[in-house]
Amino acid sequence: MSLLSTYSGLFLSAFATTLKLFAFSAVGSLLLGTILAMMRVSPVPVFRAAGATYVTLVRNTPLTLVFFFFTFAYPLLKILKLDYEQGAIVALTLYTSAFICEVVRSGINTVPVGQAEASRALGLTFTQMLGSVVLPQAMRSVVPPLVSTLIALLKNTTVSAGFSVGDAGAIQSTLSEEGANMLVGLSWVAFFFVVLVLPLTFLQRSLEKRWSVAR
Amino acid sequence: MSNVLFDVPGPKARLRHQILAVVGVIGVAGIVGFIGYRFYDSGQFAPKMWEWLQYTTIQEQLAERILATLKAFALGAVMAMLFGAILAAGKLSEHAIWRGPATVIVEVFRAIPLLIMIFFFYFGLPAIDIKMSQFTAVVVGLTLYNGSVLAEVFRAGIMSLPRGQTEAAYALGMRKTQVMVLVLLPQALRVMLPTIVSQLVVLLKDTALGFIINYKELLDYAKYLGGQGQFGRPLVPVTLVVAAIYVTMCLLLTWLAVTLEKRNRRDKKLTPIDTKALDDVAIPAASQSM
Amino acid sequence: MRARTLAAVLLAGGLALTACGKEGTPGDTGGTAPSQAVASDVKLDGSPTFEKIKSRGRVVIGVKEDQPGLGFKDPTTNKYSGFDIEIAKLVAAKLGFAEDKIDYKAIASAGREQALINGDVDYYVGTYTINAGRKEKVGFAGPYYTAGQDLLVRKDDTAITGKDALKGKKVCSVTGSTPIKKVKEEGLTEPENITEFQNYSQCVSKLAEGSIDAVTTDDAILKGYAAQEPDKFKVVGKPFSNEPYGIGLSKEDTVLRGKLFDILEAALKDGTWQSIYDSTLGKSGSAATKPLIERY
Repeated sequence: MSLLSTYSGLFLSAFATTLKLFAFSAVGSLLLGTILAMMRVSPVPVFRAAGATYVTLVRNTPLTLVFFFFTFAYPLLKILKLDYEQGAIVALTLYTSAFICEVVRSGINTVPVGQAEASRALGLTFTQMLGSVVLPQAMRSVVPPLVSTLIALLKNTTVSAGFSVGDAGAIQSTLSEEGANMLVGLSWVAFFFVVLVLPLTFLQRSLEKRWSVAR
Repeated sequence: MSNVLFDVPGPKARLRHQILAVVGVIGVAGIVGFIGYRFYDSGQFAPKMWEWLQYTTIQEQLAERILATLKAFALGAVMAMLFGAILAAGKLSEHAIWRGPATVIVEVFRAIPLLIMIFFFYFGLPAIDIKMSQFTAVVVGLTLYNGSVLAEVFRAGIMSLPRGQTEAAYALGMRKTQVMVLVLLPQALRVMLPTIVSQLVVLLKDTALGFIINYKELLDYAKYLGGQGQFGRPLVPVTLVVAAIYVTMCLLLTWLAVTLEKRNRRDKKLTPIDTKALDDVAIPAASQSM
Repeated sequence: MRARTLAAVLLAGGLALTACGKEGTPGDTGGTAPSQAVASDVKLDGSPTFEKIKSRGRVVIGVKEDQPGLGFKDPTTNKYSGFDIEIAKLVAAKLGFAEDKIDYKAIASAGREQALINGDVDYYVGTYTINAGRKEKVGFAGPYYTAGQDLLVRKDDTAITGKDALKGKKVCSVTGSTPIKKVKEEGLTEPENITEFQNYSQCVSKLAEGSIDAVTTDDAILKGYAAQEPDKFKVVGKPFSNEPYGIGLSKEDTVLRGKLFDILEAALKDGTWQSIYDSTLGKSGSAATKPLIERY
């Protein structure tokens, strides 16, 4: 307890950074992931291929490597200057969107074909059909795994600690500098993550249960 | 590919698709071209930047680091499967004494970021005189985290089997362990193979976290080589090469699993289990664990 | 199917590469250091570390691998070189182990205490500053060199003239290192301008690229980088701290510690230390100041 009160400022600012990284990259990857999913089911082969290539490449690359690229290699290309936090958000967004894309796509696949056929019979275009008929129905089966993906994203923010971002994963290095007991310190970090993640897990479970009955 | 979402295109739609395709190609080519140009313009394609690839010692080191990555992966994978199987057995147990702790362990280890666990083992535990090398810390972290995820996968796989399987086995006079080992597990394993494999890919990728505690693996070598002034700090080329290696390893792993599964399917005279019911359990488990 | 093609392409690529494998180094980084006479019949009763070394038949020494001039591993030849390496070799020789009986293990700053506490290495020679906090965890023999914190900047930078000109500048150093602590404690620059990585080479890469303005750490380390690429970097040259470098070892092993003190003292007296300095750091042009051994 004494360690927590001594370093309360450090813990607060570190977890605030973690939540900030989480919030920005969650919004970013939801958007990009949905766009990718739409590309992957679109009638235009080029879009499908581009989406599939992106997903395959990113899903098979370690997140740490994506971070490494954005911290060390990307600035050499001199495209757009990003500070470490922005770089972390971009890395997390690009990585997570590939997983979101797969979740949304498999959600679309759970909507009965008849729905799409019926909308076509009514004369809806592909975009209308996806936006007004299929995606809203897919939400039910998409949201629970989506919450899981977001939980993973929350945990993945810690990787940015290795790349000069002062998030919860970096608490360890400050404690080490000050010579504090790291066993206690890291146990607290772990504890707070459990506190943050468990409610999300329960939300996911209850949604899954409720909506799987309704189907 | 879910091309059920659109009709077979008519003449007008075909034209529209062709226009879109052209736009798409231009768009994709534009993005790729722009990035490529930036690479070229900032001198990343200069021969000096790629010279390091030619040195025998560097190639050997690269191979050594790939082995170090694979070593952590292999040991982590085997131990995670064992740990997962034990936890799953605990969670499926009829006795609350086993079920309770197993559930708590699974929930807690899945909620803690893997990096924090690795930090805990490497930096935290020495306070109470438990000392681990970087390699051990990474492997133990991988085992506990992925084991907990796999426990859920195994459990979901066994639960997804029709109740009749268990009932029939009991009716034949089998014991609880026999039912599990002879009847349920073999079927569940086949059913859960895709999810297990995607979890193993996750495990393989997560070995790269060792980079942050300086475990001498592949990404750590990229950092080292990328900082070499005598090659002009080839950070971009090194990242590209290492990324290609990781993607290849992961794809090979997936391909291996798919091949094994296919052969497995061919051998058995059983009809494949209806995977529709499985997808519902498999999707959350798989995405939980990216 | 796609994976198989990829694998084949990669394999072919790998073979093609091996076929034109190069040996040697692109630039001459060599420098001949004096070889040390290997002692025989060394006895250290009551030293658990020495017992371990004896039974293994090899010495495992923790070093830095990314610090030119101090502890540097040439990626093309896999040979270690530098001042710290020569000190490590000297100690090994006096313990009765020739160069071919040494296994170097590269360990970054943040992992040093752990490696010694865990017994991953027998002793550590790598820009390791002796201080009271560390003495609680590990033992030290030395100092074998006295360095001072300084700044490495880009060659064309005239704005940064010393530690007081750092305000508003982006400063980089290694996570958990003494210099970064000093920057934070003395408020030399704003907290949001501080960057931390695992190795100094990462900081130097960032300096070359331009997203940071100064790398701060001991002048010895910085001089190594400046000497490697003199057209890109320079050392400001106004040290603002006193960093006594020691050989790190297990805290409990006082017998080995005593022996290391003897070795270093003898080397300072008989000129061995001077010749090691001249063949490594001395090449930077700056003169050596002999350290004063502080036994404890």
